[in-house]
Amino acid sequence: MSKYHNNPQAVMDLVRETEVHKDCYVDEEIFALEMAHLFANTWVYVGHASQVPKPGDYFTTTVGDQPVVMVRHTDGGIKLLHNRCAHKGVQVAPEGCGNTGKFFRCPYHAWTYRTDGKLLSIPLKKGYDNTGFETCEASQGMAGVGAVQVYRDFVFCRLNPEGVGFEEFFGASLSTLDNMVDRSPEGRLEVAGGVMRYMHRCNWKMLVDNQTDTCHPMVAHESSAGTAVKVWQQAPEGTPKPMAVELFAPFMNPYEFFENMGIRVWDNGHGHTGVSDSIHAAYSPAPGYWESMVASHGEERARQILGDVRHNTVYFPNIMVKGPIQTLRIFKPLAADKTLVESWTFRLVGAPDLLLERTLMYNRLVNAPTSVVGHDDLEMYERAQQGLHSRGAQWVNVGRLYDPAERGQTNAVTNGTNEWQMRSQMRAWVRFMTASMAAGEPT
Amino acid sequence: MTAPTNQQLIDFVVAEAALLDELRFDEWLALFTDDGHYWMPLTHGQTDPRLQASLLYEDKLLLQVRIERLHGVRTFSQQPTSRCHHLLQQPVVSARDDTAGIYTCRTAFHYTEARRDAQTLYAGWATHSLVRQDDGQDNGLRMRLKRVDLVNCDAAFGSIQLFM
Repeated sequence: MSKYHNNPQAVMDLVRETEVHKDCYVDEEIFALEMAHLFANTWVYVGHASQVPKPGDYFTTTVGDQPVVMVRHTDGGIKLLHNRCAHKGVQVAPEGCGNTGKFFRCPYHAWTYRTDGKLLSIPLKKGYDNTGFETCEASQGMAGVGAVQVYRDFVFCRLNPEGVGFEEFFGASLSTLDNMVDRSPEGRLEVAGGVMRYMHRCNWKMLVDNQTDTCHPMVAHESSAGTAVKVWQQAPEGTPKPMAVELFAPFMNPYEFFENMGIRVWDNGHGHTGVSDSIHAAYSPAPGYWESMVASHGEERARQILGDVRHNTVYFPNIMVKGPIQTLRIFKPLAADKTLVESWTFRLVGAPDLLLERTLMYNRLVNAPTSVVGHDDLEMYERAQQGLHSRGAQWVNVGRLYDPAERGQTNAVTNGTNEWQMRSQMRAWVRFMTASMAAGEPT
Repeated sequence: MTAPTNQQLIDFVVAEAALLDELRFDEWLALFTDDGHYWMPLTHGQTDPRLQASLLYEDKLLLQVRIERLHGVRTFSQQPTSRCHHLLQQPVVSARDDTAGIYTCRTAFHYTEARRDAQTLYAGWATHSLVRQDDGQDNGLRMRLKRVDLVNCDAAFGSIQLFM
């Protein structure tokens, strides 16, 4: 039975002005359509150029449900290929990262490919003479993905060859990536520390929704951040405040704090919390960092860069970036009810190690499968994933501070507890789900 | 104060795991030195807990937060609560320095954590860095570091809520 395939109207009907239908989170057919359409029509984050510094360096990952390999080509550019041998379909590059030299060699039958995917050689090539091989798909080698864009070392792709342009898709939202890079005295980031992976038994959009949900920290995280504050209060007077307490405590800020810090809503589902203030605003300075920033950027510019303390920036569809602590999280969809969360951390090249240390501590305390904040959140997602199977109600509500005039506005700043950003994400979801969907008889 | 025998070191490691299985976390925390740490590396053979990601690297303050959280009325991820089970291989005393009062034990283990209908098995090695403190209790042995290396430390796990 197919309810949504070839039926863009049915997909559009899942998102109302202030409500989202539960099928967006629990329905397997919707998930399959997300893989075929949403993750093909949008610009999806792949990886960072520092992961493949030298020619032949590669890194394998997934874009939606598509296995891909990002590789540094012999000409110094970055290529993104479908990680599939043209012959029998074997994943040519093994999981992880490494250096393949001048070419990829399939481990099954030794077909080889240049690092731009072009077929280089086949053993016993004569066996294909006069077989029509030149007109077969296999002769094309490893397929490249539709379009690739490297923006300040962040690599994005759009799987579909045609569609919205990179600049048009991201617009002014790229300022968060700019700020993160500008925080390096040398204007450069490196992936560092290792990736934290956490398996979630819930739909990937619950995580996206949570990133700009400022009404949950003081409730769901009372158990973790609230306990940290309580335990710290028992420390003898004069004890220096530990880094961990500095990281935990702002989660317990009152509603007013989150209301006042603001949310900025861009187009196409991008947006960020923490416009004028954020939970990352009041960390202790790292000795020597300010001086090196002033030396590189001048005092005024340095102040401007470090004064931008954005909290969570959602790049639709499935990443979140924290500029002030150099973290990028990917919500990788595996099934309607299964998501792999990868939390990547970066070193600000030329900055003190203390900043990376803090970033890694934050990642341990908040994003690890062993982290108490992570336990708080995942419990809520999993209960929601179960609860949404209820037939007692059909809709998820995202109506907080809704204003009919918000439609069509972009780059708007609003109250930090507005669910506008969540609504904006789902409006983008509809747009990119249906952009390449043919209307026809449901099959 | 006399130096602990190998058997006493082994008994310490076994008793430490038993406290966790019995959910006696406050007593377990008291087994650490004041500057003690609990460490679960994220990568095989990891040497740096500071500038490399770890699953856990916590001092006594953070461990205390974790323990108090487990009992909190608004700790929803522990409603219902988790339980755990350690199955230890015979610990091996891998290093001893009686002059300094520093000892190392290594113990292969299987650890099971269960909550509701879900039960997950983990396998790894625990390394106990023990020191002798002259406070007259339990041979004066305390943990300066408990390091837990999972055989699949770099896998993507679901929530791990108790202590291995």
